Amino acid sequence: MREERGGRGGRDKDKKDAKGGEAPRRGGFFRRRRVCKFCAEKIDYINYKDVRMLAPFLPERGKIQPRRLSGTCALHQRKLQVAIKRARQLALIPYVTD
Amino acid sequence: MSTARQYELVYIVTPEASEQDVTDLHTQVEQIIERYKGTLDKTDNWGRRKLAYEIGKHREGTYVVETITGSGELMKEIERRLRVSDAVIRHLIVRVDEELRVADRTREARQTASARRRVARGLPPERQPGEGRGDGDQNDDMEGPEVQR
Repeated sequence: MREERGGRGGRDKDKKDAKGGEAPRRGGFFRRRRVCKFCAEKIDYINYKDVRMLAPFLPERGKIQPRRLSGTCALHQRKLQVAIKRARQLALIPYVTD
Repeated sequence: MSTARQYELVYIVTPEASEQDVTDLHTQVEQIIERYKGTLDKTDNWGRRKLAYEIGKHREGTYVVETITGSGELMKEIERRLRVSDAVIRHLIVRVDEELRVADRTREARQTASARRRVARGLPPERQPGEGRGDGDQNDDMEGPEVQR
């Protein structure tokens, strides 16, 4: 089963390269594919207690990643913002990281 | 007009508190719920967890999540009690019934829309096993580097 998954990952990678969707940008940043994660995965409720769901939207500094970088749609960015702020109150994720 | 609303209560208890203290606090909450004729739908003790930042002098705490159906007065009383309690270092009450209802509605709308489109194309309303690529919900094209699970 593990082998199968590994194989799949490899295939995805090839596909991505072929499409050239990951164009490198200055400062080592990568242009993200502009697809809203929550729309794509059909997540209707952004749970503030689920740190693993919120983590991809919090860069090292702990700031909320803007829409222009994450590609999240307006509706979900709004919901995400509320969820992140609630999680911060509960000390699940930091307000700031130095 | 109904006053029964669903709330989520999360509170963090000091790491110094014993297991007994945590259960005592839980029974206190239960008693208040009983007094105000609410219902306790679910409790979840996450146990001891590291805090993302220091609260007071504490670096960790015991998280307890309770899902409660009841009136606003009930939650007000619980909030008052938690605020007074020394063992509770942080708490959060969130009303969840409306958010969950919205989530349900969008899910339903998506399903009916997809069923309608499928019927319009002359297909059965539900996705059949083994149909199309992959496992249905997951489209490979959507999986960029930011989608890590």
